[in-house]
Amino acid sequence: MSGFRLPRGGDGIDRSQPLTFRYNGRTLQGFAGDTLASALLANGVSIVGRGFKYHRPRGVIGTGFAETNALVQLGEGAALTPNMPATLVPLREGLVASSPTGWPSTRFDLGRLNDRLAALLSAGFYYKTFIWPNWHWFEPFIRRAAGFGTAPALPDPDRYEARERHADVLVIGGGPAGLAAAEAAHAAGAKVLLVEADTRLSGPLPPGVEALTRTTALGYYDANFVTAVEEIDTGALRQRLWKLRAAQVVIATGAFERPMLFANNDLPGVMLASAVQTYIARYGVAPGKAVLFATAEDAAYAAAFAAQEAGLAVRAIVDLRPAPPLAEQARARGIPVHAGSHVCAARGWSRVRGAVIDGPDGAQRIGCDLIAVSGGWSPAVQLFSQSGGRTRHDPALGGFVPDKAAQPTHVCGLAAGLRDLDEAVASGRARWLAAARGDAPTAPLPLAGPPAPPLPPGDNPKRVFVDLQTDVTLADLEQATRENYRSVEHVKRYTVWGMGVDQGRLSSTNGVAALAQLRGDDPAALGTTKYRPPFAPVAIAALAADRPNGALFRPWQLLPAHDWHVAQGAVFEDFGHLRPSHYPPAGESMGAAARREALAVRGNVGIMDSSSFGKIELKGPEAGRFLDLISLGRPSTIPVGRARYNLLCDELGVLLDDGVIARLADDHFLLNASSGHAARVRGWIEDWHQCQWPLDLVTRDVTEEWAVLTVAGPKARDVVRAAGCALPPASADFPHLSVAEATLDGHRVRIQRVSFTGELSYEIAIAAPQAGMLADRLWEAGQAFGMVPFGLEALDILRIEKGFIHVGTDTDGATIPADIGWGKPGQREGDYLGKRSLLHPSASKTGRRQLVGLEPLERQEPLPVGAHVVGGSPHPSQGFVTSSCFSPTLDRAIALGLLADGRQRHGEMVDIWSEGRAFRARVVAPRFLDPEGARLHV
Amino acid sequence: MLRIDCPWCGPRDEDEFVNGGDAHIDRPEPPEQVSPEDWAAYLFFHTNPKGVLAERWVHSFGCRRWFHALRDTVSHRILATYRPDAPRPDGVA
Repeated sequence: MSGFRLPRGGDGIDRSQPLTFRYNGRTLQGFAGDTLASALLANGVSIVGRGFKYHRPRGVIGTGFAETNALVQLGEGAALTPNMPATLVPLREGLVASSPTGWPSTRFDLGRLNDRLAALLSAGFYYKTFIWPNWHWFEPFIRRAAGFGTAPALPDPDRYEARERHADVLVIGGGPAGLAAAEAAHAAGAKVLLVEADTRLSGPLPPGVEALTRTTALGYYDANFVTAVEEIDTGALRQRLWKLRAAQVVIATGAFERPMLFANNDLPGVMLASAVQTYIARYGVAPGKAVLFATAEDAAYAAAFAAQEAGLAVRAIVDLRPAPPLAEQARARGIPVHAGSHVCAARGWSRVRGAVIDGPDGAQRIGCDLIAVSGGWSPAVQLFSQSGGRTRHDPALGGFVPDKAAQPTHVCGLAAGLRDLDEAVASGRARWLAAARGDAPTAPLPLAGPPAPPLPPGDNPKRVFVDLQTDVTLADLEQATRENYRSVEHVKRYTVWGMGVDQGRLSSTNGVAALAQLRGDDPAALGTTKYRPPFAPVAIAALAADRPNGALFRPWQLLPAHDWHVAQGAVFEDFGHLRPSHYPPAGESMGAAARREALAVRGNVGIMDSSSFGKIELKGPEAGRFLDLISLGRPSTIPVGRARYNLLCDELGVLLDDGVIARLADDHFLLNASSGHAARVRGWIEDWHQCQWPLDLVTRDVTEEWAVLTVAGPKARDVVRAAGCALPPASADFPHLSVAEATLDGHRVRIQRVSFTGELSYEIAIAAPQAGMLADRLWEAGQAFGMVPFGLEALDILRIEKGFIHVGTDTDGATIPADIGWGKPGQREGDYLGKRSLLHPSASKTGRRQLVGLEPLERQEPLPVGAHVVGGSPHPSQGFVTSSCFSPTLDRAIALGLLADGRQRHGEMVDIWSEGRAFRARVVAPRFLDPEGARLHV
Repeated sequence: MLRIDCPWCGPRDEDEFVNGGDAHIDRPEPPEQVSPEDWAAYLFFHTNPKGVLAERWVHSFGCRRWFHALRDTVSHRILATYRPDAPRPDGVA
């Protein structure tokens, strides 16, 4: 309870606009312009969270993105947002926030017992329990104890949107360097977009430059594609995702001040020196009353002077350097300076009460409630690293700086390691001018910073926190080094150093320095871990803002006559299209309905919807020649008005699809593809036509343009005729495998006599909008003949009875045409796709899996699909069941399968095994019903 | 996300395109005279270079036409795109 609002100051807040908010159930007050973090500090809240492993109390350590401790949950219920750094949350009236960590409360956390058990929770704790004794003993406990927040279980009620924007130059960062770069780029005639995560820029926006504030660049991908998220929070819209692309990208993201390593450096009251300065100057908040500054460089002196001017007691400046240049200035202000000294430990239980320092003046304890630390600056190279750029270690800076860009990326200002303001601004201009001249990105200018300080030794490495967010201590890094983890990437994964929500923004450089010191190595040799997007936590809903969601996530594809099927009582299933599976009267099971419908088709007549079958038209003088090249049959020899069953193979000779090709005119073919393969076959035809055989033809996918209704069964012709389609009277004039155009009520229809049921069958195609009319017309006509609608379940029975395969179900990635009984491999004359593969000896060798029928010994019990035919050696599986059903017509279970040398084994009894159950079945020809096709040729 | 310059439509985002594997792989013909080695080379044995690779791409969510691209497999940069009947451009490294 030692932070407080200063009586004056705070250029970022408006004291005339008080705001009320709730935090952990308490009602508190702040001002417009506050962040949640500054408002909490102003209210004396010092503990804002608990450590991840040891549940030690944690306070606000920084501002903006430089915050690893104060992760809060915003909102409640469905609108709950976890993992938000309080330093990035602008205060608004009615804001509700809570700290997720700590039980029973953030202030009194029983989990702190873990702090006493620290020895048990060493690095790699859970990897080790995988091996011994047993991870599952610990898992429930660890899962409950770990983590930063709770994901809401309800759908996100907020709205998000996505937009795209192109620019000549994208400047990331609205500090002095970024603004200078934007101004120079605009002056050079470029269209400039600047994004800044903060609510305000560091100076006036150059005229003509477009800027987005509260917009955080999250990811930097190939081809200068950058994603950013803009906080809107208007109620109507929460966030906007920006997809930005620019010819040149300028990174001016500044640098992060580094914490210092000493014992208990995680206590509330340890804060970055720059943050202390910002809280005083921008928010008019003092994070403590008595401050000790621990530094290795000059910037902290300015912070100390500012603190003193704001009325805080500056107890001392502890400087690692033996001769700090500003020491006399500080002493003149009455601030004691301990040169060549360091902090050994912070003292206090739930917050800082003092510090133990050591140096030439001897070890001593200094009372204070705030330790402001400045361990040097690390350029924010995260986006540069994401872009593919290489970093290098700069010994002068003690950190990593951008080195070699992989894209048109330019880094300027602090992000390039330039600490002097004038230099940073100049670099902003120079970067852009170099870019405008088309120069390749160059390495940043040399640095002029102080030498890197040595790491202060800690008095208890178990309490020296390298990564505050994931509770990784110096002891953990020591252990990883002892256990011979060499690569920083491995150390990261083993210890979880740098893995939290902040991805090591404050801990990365210190960790590398510590590891280097532990193994007596050069930090340059270690390098950094690779930074990955997103730079900051982001709501998944924002990333998905331009993706269809809910019912539109994957919209149902409805058949053109969908409403008609609904009226018939269809039960639908998702086959890409939503298609009727069966039409049960009340109380009828799916199996019973399918058997009833199948019997009706065999004995009488049925109607089904075939609209989803692929329909690809090929037209042109060379269409026949082209079809001969891509298919196994010889479509060029099909007479006009006739159709033929055909196979398509890939270049491996493996079956791609099957279907009927109809010849509509001398130069005009219609290729029927399976529903599930239509899109693939279409793309495949386009590929071979464009890239291999650019013959004189055009192709067109007309699948969605035509609705198709199939009337099948012995009385099909009567129904079609009664519906008003003028058909030739007998089979001789319009035999099986014919195609003709006709009219129905003035509408053009295309009739194909093809069959996937084995019965007399007419597929009647009409323009899709007329599908309902056609269905009604056929249905009325069918009433006199007892016609029933039938779905895919019945169709499956009907086609299995006939041994009609479904490519991809009854074939696999090794099935060639000969395996399903289509002639001798490669025998057809001329070239066609896959022929060379089919001529290979492996296509004719013994042992190939061939299509067979299977009749189970138990007549009533269908075989499980996927069950294996077992026995024999060396391979225990000789094949498997691919399709199976109970045939009501034959009153027995039947199946299709692929079986090694199956065609030579008709009559043999085989053993079949599935999930612990054994079956016996007889191998038969894959044709259970009407093998001569007499029912088709009527 | 890559930016791909479709030679038929102009530059578009990567997600409008589908990659179709190596370009300039000639189909050996006629099948009866192709050796097993040549056929295997056509089907399977492609160069897979670290560096510049000529690839087939199709503008699936656009003009649906195929074209070729030279892509650096290390940097992902697309160095050139050209129509499928054009030869591989010289001097692109």
